Amino acid sequence: MAKQKKNGKAVSKKNTDLKFFGWRRDNGRVGVRNHVIILPLDDLSNAACEAVANNIKGTMALPHAYGRLQFGEDLDLHFRTLIGTGANPNVAAVVVIGIEDSWTKRVVDGIAKTGKPVTGFGIEGHGDIATIAKAAHVAKQYVQMASELRREECGIADLWVSTKCGESDTTTGLASCPTVGNMYDKLIPCGITGVFGETSEITGAEHLAKARAINKKVGDKWMKTWQAYEDEVIQAHKTNDLSDSQPTKGNIAGGLTTIEEKALGNLEKIGRECRYIDVLKPAEAPRKGKGLYYMDTSSAAAECVTLMAAAGYAVHTFPTGQGNVIGNPIVPVIKISGNPKTIRTMGEHIDLDVSGILRRDMTIPQAGDALIEMVVRTANGRLTAAEALGHREYVMTKLYRSA
Amino acid sequence: MAIPQLLVHDRKDTVGVVVIEGLKKGTDMLCVVTHDNSSFKLKSKMDVPIGHKVALTDIKKGDTIWKYGQDIGVAKAKIGKGEHVHVHNVKTKRW
Repeated sequence: MAKQKKNGKAVSKKNTDLKFFGWRRDNGRVGVRNHVIILPLDDLSNAACEAVANNIKGTMALPHAYGRLQFGEDLDLHFRTLIGTGANPNVAAVVVIGIEDSWTKRVVDGIAKTGKPVTGFGIEGHGDIATIAKAAHVAKQYVQMASELRREECGIADLWVSTKCGESDTTTGLASCPTVGNMYDKLIPCGITGVFGETSEITGAEHLAKARAINKKVGDKWMKTWQAYEDEVIQAHKTNDLSDSQPTKGNIAGGLTTIEEKALGNLEKIGRECRYIDVLKPAEAPRKGKGLYYMDTSSAAAECVTLMAAAGYAVHTFPTGQGNVIGNPIVPVIKISGNPKTIRTMGEHIDLDVSGILRRDMTIPQAGDALIEMVVRTANGRLTAAEALGHREYVMTKLYRSA
Repeated sequence: MAIPQLLVHDRKDTVGVVVIEGLKKGTDMLCVVTHDNSSFKLKSKMDVPIGHKVALTDIKKGDTIWKYGQDIGVAKAKIGKGEHVHVHNVKTKRW
């Protein structure tokens, strides 16, 4: 291994030269999975999508709860999430089914910009059974086409890696979050694209988060985003001091006492060196090139990971203390834990054990290297614990009540 | 280095985190400050679960609690050195 500075700063040629095998899509993005998805426009279309996925082996339906009578920014986010999910490079081809043709077409047209195969079907005027039959024929063609696509060798800079932690405790701030931070400190300079979020969960560390922006303009944009969440979501709707929700009951059982303490542990995920270059709306794709981004998200695990996947991220790193079991249908979610009790009691959910940091027989830079190795193995095809256990939580973020 | 019972993020901190399961009252804990790898000893005054915090100093009601070298809340009761620090005696300043 080449030279390494204090705090594990990335100057290692070993990391710059890292390769992985992925599927390069027509738009240039590289995926690490090759899913054919059956995507419902709305809640009403879940049954037809699940029927198609049941008939055509190797495809996957992504049922969700929304899509009717939404409007304004909430509707924009719904479309951005659906289109982004279909556009994600981990997806080879998409069948979209909606209750009617017009909004179905809007999703199809959005995904088609990537150049990947996508076809939509509306149920009205045909019924579920005829729609399922038509969609199943297309899904069968797509899955056979996708099965012949081959992985190719790609440089690490083609990888987009997101992060969000869950069921945090004091060990996440000591071990698993700094492990992710060390990975970013090493791989962001090698050209990967990263993202972190969880707006309300930075409360107590917002001064530190603002200071990690690439410049004052981006820092101000970040602070405006944080303040809007505080004013429009938290203060506008709270009925108590949130001590039962943030921190969660699981956080408290794990020893976290206040939101400030939780936030400071959370922010360890961005390490010591790297700076974020832009602030993204929920599910918004990065537009400023390679580097670390911030995304305005809730701190609920499935909502946040779904939004990051919709922005195009291909691998997710997920520190957990008490043992959050979340997965995502299209993005492998790598669980990292430093809590020896969680490793002992629910180890089947954990991909990387960094409890050695607490025993002082593993350093944070060593843990960061172990995570980089796990990210590459996962990109190459190793199924994560969440994938093997069937965790496919796909959860839309809803901004307000429907019309 | 021996396995520590308590980890402390920063020298400014007034609390540390128990990092072993089944910590008993009266344990002469090896405490390590992760920022600079310095260490000290502290006697636990209570059984404290893994992940929970112990006061490194006597804390008065109304005192700010420091962790990561940062403000994490306020003591709502007097807390003795070596005692358990959690939701029963510390509260957020934020919401």
